[in-house]
Amino acid sequence: METSANTLADSKLAGREYQYGFTTDVEMEALKKGLNEDVIRNLSAKKNEPAFLLEFRLKAYRKWLTMTEPLWAHVNYPPIDYQDIVYFAKPKQKPQIAGLDEVDPEILRTFEKLGIPLDEQKKLANVAVDAVFDSVSVATTHKKKLLEHGVIFCSISEAVQEYPELIEQYLGSVVPIGDNFYAALNSAVFTDGSFVFIPPNTRCPMELSTYFRINTEESGQFERTLIVCSEGSHVSYLEGCTAPKFDTNQLHAAVVELVTLDNAEIKYSTVQNWYSGDPVTGKGGIYNFVTKRGLCKGRNSKISWTQVETGSAITWKYPSCVLAGDNSIGEFYSVALTNGYMQADTGTKMIHLGKNTRSRIVSKGISSDKSTNAYRGLVRIGKNATGARNFSQCDSMLVGSECAAHTFPYLEVGNEEAVVEHEASTSKISEDQLFYFESRGIVREDAVAMILNGFCKEVFQQLPMEFAVEAQKLLTLKLENSVG
Amino acid sequence: MTAILDINELKAGLNGVEILKGISLCIQPGEVHAIMGPNGSGKSTLSKVVAGHPDYTVASGEILFHGEILTDIPPDARARKGIFLGFQYPVEIPGVNNSEFLRMAYNARRKEKGLEELDPFDFQELLADKMKLLDMDARFKDRGVNEGFSGGEKKRNEILQMAVLEPSLAILDETDSGLDVDALKIVSKGINALRKPDNAVLLITHYQRLLDYVQPDYVHVLAHGKILKSGKKDLAREVETRGYDWVTG
Repeated sequence: METSANTLADSKLAGREYQYGFTTDVEMEALKKGLNEDVIRNLSAKKNEPAFLLEFRLKAYRKWLTMTEPLWAHVNYPPIDYQDIVYFAKPKQKPQIAGLDEVDPEILRTFEKLGIPLDEQKKLANVAVDAVFDSVSVATTHKKKLLEHGVIFCSISEAVQEYPELIEQYLGSVVPIGDNFYAALNSAVFTDGSFVFIPPNTRCPMELSTYFRINTEESGQFERTLIVCSEGSHVSYLEGCTAPKFDTNQLHAAVVELVTLDNAEIKYSTVQNWYSGDPVTGKGGIYNFVTKRGLCKGRNSKISWTQVETGSAITWKYPSCVLAGDNSIGEFYSVALTNGYMQADTGTKMIHLGKNTRSRIVSKGISSDKSTNAYRGLVRIGKNATGARNFSQCDSMLVGSECAAHTFPYLEVGNEEAVVEHEASTSKISEDQLFYFESRGIVREDAVAMILNGFCKEVFQQLPMEFAVEAQKLLTLKLENSVG
Repeated sequence: MTAILDINELKAGLNGVEILKGISLCIQPGEVHAIMGPNGSGKSTLSKVVAGHPDYTVASGEILFHGEILTDIPPDARARKGIFLGFQYPVEIPGVNNSEFLRMAYNARRKEKGLEELDPFDFQELLADKMKLLDMDARFKDRGVNEGFSGGEKKRNEILQMAVLEPSLAILDETDSGLDVDALKIVSKGINALRKPDNAVLLITHYQRLLDYVQPDYVHVLAHGKILKSGKKDLAREVETRGYDWVTG
């Protein structure tokens, strides 16, 4: 750790200022604003989709028309005009991209600036990356090497063309089209995202990751991710996101579906750093309304969600596990940080259906400035889930006195032999703690960072190494100047 | 020779209430001074003012450390210059690893001296040596800072920090309180081992029993915010037998 005056000055400059707020100037091709069945048909035709998918979209759209926006979350925002959104925007390019040399160099530079080099010489050695720019995937690295192991990793649009039978089998199998308002909207208009298929008895040889970038001001991002992990297999997947600074709000309504078969394991990690709006006026920022759910279909299977949520004006997100297979395990590790005027209502659902299913929830909420941060979690034990166990721990830390933290735990226990435990705490960084650090020669900013990292340790330990380091830095930068 | 600590007519207080009402004290290299006094005499205030606690304000007078006026220097900078405060009630910092905390403090001080930072491996060696000196279990270093420590363990952890940081001035605020005889002996051994010709120790205590193990060069009796009596180590024993009333009258 560095403590010199220089570092401090540097980090002060960097602090608060959102460093990914630039836009990329590329020629875009977009559909007109607004949504109706023609827009969906048009979008599906542009993507040359098979009939079943158009049907899927239209069914979802019709369902969506009958639904209303959920209002139960502890967040506040003016009504969204769904006709004022561009549902499809992509960089103009040749119809078929043969290689990276045909991707607009401006876009490659954008990803490089974000720390995600895509070209062959510079690409990250042990992580395969799918880079999504607005509505489309622009490049996926290490594809060939993965295919040698039977691992499919590509954009979902490509998967629709190449592996339609897998898509038809699994798409919507975990999050049905009518699951909720935003999931229905996503099912109708999703444009791109990633697809992962791990064949039986395979340990994916490298980390897989998708990096989402919103660039166009008026477009929404509706990505769709589907990961299927076959019997006896294992995969670790990372997701990162950033967006430019705009005064307007952009809607990001994603759906992520995970499926694990017998003895399979998926580890899904997210570091979310969407633009969160102006910290002083609260203007702009992403509405992050996301449905993430994993189905532990097989026996002894495991799904583990780890999320570090540091951005977005509003977050509405509950990565969940449906524990259907006997002895299956669901985990949720979360750090949600809010500052400025951010609002977060996030948590998880653990649905225990199979026997001896286990789940663990560790949620750490940090709120500062005028933000509000709510944990909302459901643990449901079905009547056949004999021997099910859950442990939940929800800790909140308040930085300053104008912020708020809430905890909404829901418990539905339908089996008498289940064991459910819940612990919760709220704390503040005390002046005594800060003086203790200072009296040892450690400056205040570093003290705060150390205390917060200590608070979040259990969650950070779940992240792959590079991500853990990144997450710690992000946390420190975000809270610079919030304390004392 | 420049004194390590030179306090002149110091008046200081908390929330507008004057607690220290004109203190003068001079500590030379190699010396151990003890400040004794009844509860509420201002002993802890003196230690916090020297360390630079932001809640306390200096009304007049000055504190010189190696000849430099401390008034406008923030507490973290004072610490890096070599002032160490051993707390009466060390605070718990959950989740922050004890050895990482120590390494950070240690490197902050090294950097101030223009030395290279020590990497985790070298630091572990240094830490292990210091822990042996204080009879501390190796598991201590992997726990959270003071997290779930007993009163005695917390005090021992303070002395460990002092041993690692090697301050030029150590102010130990009632380090003896809450210690049983065995722990007191270990802590005293630690303090004695760290006495060097070029550093100084200021012991703040209510009882003289610590002074049986750590022999001071000078003893001062503080009451009502003033030093009422100063003397050699015999003064401590005299206070113990005759009570503070003898001094405060």
